[in-house]
Amino acid sequence: MPLSRLSSPFLSGTNRVTLHMLQLLLALVPAVIAIVYFFGPSILITMTLAIVVALLAEALMLKLRHRPLKPFLTDGSAVVTAVLLAIALPPLAPWWLTVIGVVFAIVFAKHLYGGLGYNPFNPAMVAYVLLLVSFPLEMTTWLPVASLSEQPLDLVAAFNVIFNGQLTNGLGFDTISGATPLDAMKTQIGLLQHPSYISEQPLFGLFAGKGWEWINIWLALGGAYLIYRRVISWHIPVAMLLGLSSISLITWVIAPETTASPLFHLLSGGTMLGAFFIATDPVTAATTVKGRIVFGAGVGLLTYIIRVWGGYPDGVAFAVLLMNMLVPLIDYYTQPRVYGGQK
Amino acid sequence: MSTPLGKFPGGLVLDGQKKRSTHDAIRKTPLSKKLILPLQQHIGEASTPIVAVGDNVLKGQSIAKAEGHVSVYLHAPTSGTITAIDEQPIPHPSGLSALCISLETDGEDRWIEHEEIADFTRLSEHDIRQKIREAGIVGLGGAGFPSFIKLNPGVHHHVETLIINGVECEPYITCDDMIMRERAEGILDGVEIMQYALRVNNCVIAIEDNKPEAISAMELALGRRHSLKDTRIVVIPTRYPTGSEKQLIQVVTGKQVPSHGLPIDIGIVCHNVGTSYAIGRAIKHGEPLISRIVTVTGTDVKHAGNFETLFGTPMHELLSFCDTHREPNEPFILGGPMMGYNLSGDHLPITKTANCILVGVDNAAPKTEPLPCIRCGECATACPVSLLPQQLYWFSRSKDLEKTREYNLFDCIECGCCSYVCPSKIPLVHYFRFAKTETMNHELETQKADNARIRHENRLERQEAEKKEKEERQRQRKLALAATKAAKQKEDAKKAAESSTDNQEN
Repeated sequence: MPLSRLSSPFLSGTNRVTLHMLQLLLALVPAVIAIVYFFGPSILITMTLAIVVALLAEALMLKLRHRPLKPFLTDGSAVVTAVLLAIALPPLAPWWLTVIGVVFAIVFAKHLYGGLGYNPFNPAMVAYVLLLVSFPLEMTTWLPVASLSEQPLDLVAAFNVIFNGQLTNGLGFDTISGATPLDAMKTQIGLLQHPSYISEQPLFGLFAGKGWEWINIWLALGGAYLIYRRVISWHIPVAMLLGLSSISLITWVIAPETTASPLFHLLSGGTMLGAFFIATDPVTAATTVKGRIVFGAGVGLLTYIIRVWGGYPDGVAFAVLLMNMLVPLIDYYTQPRVYGGQK
Repeated sequence: MSTPLGKFPGGLVLDGQKKRSTHDAIRKTPLSKKLILPLQQHIGEASTPIVAVGDNVLKGQSIAKAEGHVSVYLHAPTSGTITAIDEQPIPHPSGLSALCISLETDGEDRWIEHEEIADFTRLSEHDIRQKIREAGIVGLGGAGFPSFIKLNPGVHHHVETLIINGVECEPYITCDDMIMRERAEGILDGVEIMQYALRVNNCVIAIEDNKPEAISAMELALGRRHSLKDTRIVVIPTRYPTGSEKQLIQVVTGKQVPSHGLPIDIGIVCHNVGTSYAIGRAIKHGEPLISRIVTVTGTDVKHAGNFETLFGTPMHELLSFCDTHREPNEPFILGGPMMGYNLSGDHLPITKTANCILVGVDNAAPKTEPLPCIRCGECATACPVSLLPQQLYWFSRSKDLEKTREYNLFDCIECGCCSYVCPSKIPLVHYFRFAKTETMNHELETQKADNARIRHENRLERQEAEKKEKEERQRQRKLALAATKAAKQKEDAKKAAESSTDNQEN
């Protein structure tokens, strides 16, 4: 092969940004299947819509910024942002919610900061937080697990709800939707119910929310695959899960009557999605080894604090964004000792 | 015997591609009609010619002498006539020209008289170093640092271990592998001499485990040599860049050379196997360094192999001798694929540091534009020095030289691991070289400015002093004048008084 580089090294490994992104999407497949199983096929509609809008927004921004289309549309980063946001959105989220979220993620959170590699905040989480703050009702009304529902939704019905806001039988969407297990737990603990009593309710499964626990387990297995394939390193997920479980263990031991178990927190809401797929976004996370541990632990602690003492049922998105802010500081103070440097 | 090996962080397991060039034994490159010998083939000051155009020289005759301390002699690789001493293009990444001696060979290959020394211990350490310097020996691993300096620990250091580097970790290159297979005895000659010069017995010959033939050849030779009882062969795992001096020291001894320090600071001296062989030839046989083993290999080379080549031989002769398929002016690599540099002119001469000519590589870096850095940190994981290439990249790009220093840019050994693993295909090392050059230029400028300022201040001071001195002199003169005036007046007054008294008396 002729040489194309001006200076050494003239060899190059097989590592590619696109490969990273494809592996990431592959690792999400089992969890998406689980979501379809528990919450119906609506996620597929939301995800398709999100991907199409993300690619259109990406293309538009590249054009406006006079950047080449092909390398950036095929790098897979826009698709990953879209898919992560779609998974984080409630099932049956109205179409405009998805569109607003994706456009905000790609245009504002990504390209206005300089596009791939330059955004200080995780685009999917910026969009999620924007939607949560602007449309709290739509963002927190969740569909119960299909087995609890009297009328499981098929693809056509889901399409109708997403684009027309109506069920086929003319009933409103709100008649079948309700709170998430995290939300229910928080509200009822607020009403002085005992956690063990709360988790007896049909909304809850073996360890955490029915369905949610399995989705979290599949996400964790997908994450383990990513670590195995060296797409991500173990530091951030392990530190985040340890951070989250250690603080919840302490509070659980001290006050078991007012707090949920560590296992409940590990398998609820966005924990595993956050630990393996969101907090590990290389662009916005810390890059040094020690820094990644600090970053992950911070996300875990903040997630718990927001969940339990904050105003929102889940705290992963806020925790990630808050830690994103600290990344330059963390990286600066966690530089490794170079060869032959001072101990 | 077997102490546990140390480890350095990062590094890569690369496809060695060594078998391409180890099928055949070392062959001799045919004598070229004309040899071009750059006066600087080593780190330090260029040598000064001691021959004139038209002189007839013999093989092994010195044609240029060392200039200053960090410099060595240069010799005629064969007999012939000096035809020119002028600027010629030399093998250098920037493609620049430098002063070279051109030698038209006469084909007789007549040696100058040289003496064999059976017992080198009758020479002093100083004499040995002097002879090595006069034999023009420099580090043949690629750096080209004058070897006699590394054999002089000085009075403040005590050498604990001599490490002989037979690692050869870069893919494709096999010249050290072949010299160990075929000339193990000669290498051990050099080891004995170096041990004597450094007054050290403890010696490690480090070889990567992908060279079993070299290991057994060296072991066989070492087993026969009873004088080297504290010398041992250490087989180390194949991992790039173990052959880099500092990384090798970490693997062999577990110790780290202090940043900006030298191996001698921790009692270690490191020499390449090829250098060791050259030292053996120079001291025991009186032969100066006039040739080296060059690996010619690559995907476009039909008869790849290792060639004992006289310095000054034009590269194109070597390439055509190996039946190389190459477009005219198509770039090729001098050195390895990870740390070498590319050249396009093939009329350049082989020099002391030319270990490999590589034409065509598998898995060449792609032509596509690099994507932006996604801060994945793969580069930091691969870095054998524990740098943060992703941060250095930002600072180099933005020319924030201050920050690059803070992030230890000058500890970078330019091994290329970071560029190799980068998923965005960013030529990171290219940026780091740029930042290093910029910093050095900047420093040079500052130094120049400082010098100018100091000169100016000194001048002002001098002028001031001169002025003062002048004034002082003037004052002194005035004083003297005034004194003489006063004395004269006094005398006059006295005379006047005398005359008046005379008058009165009269």
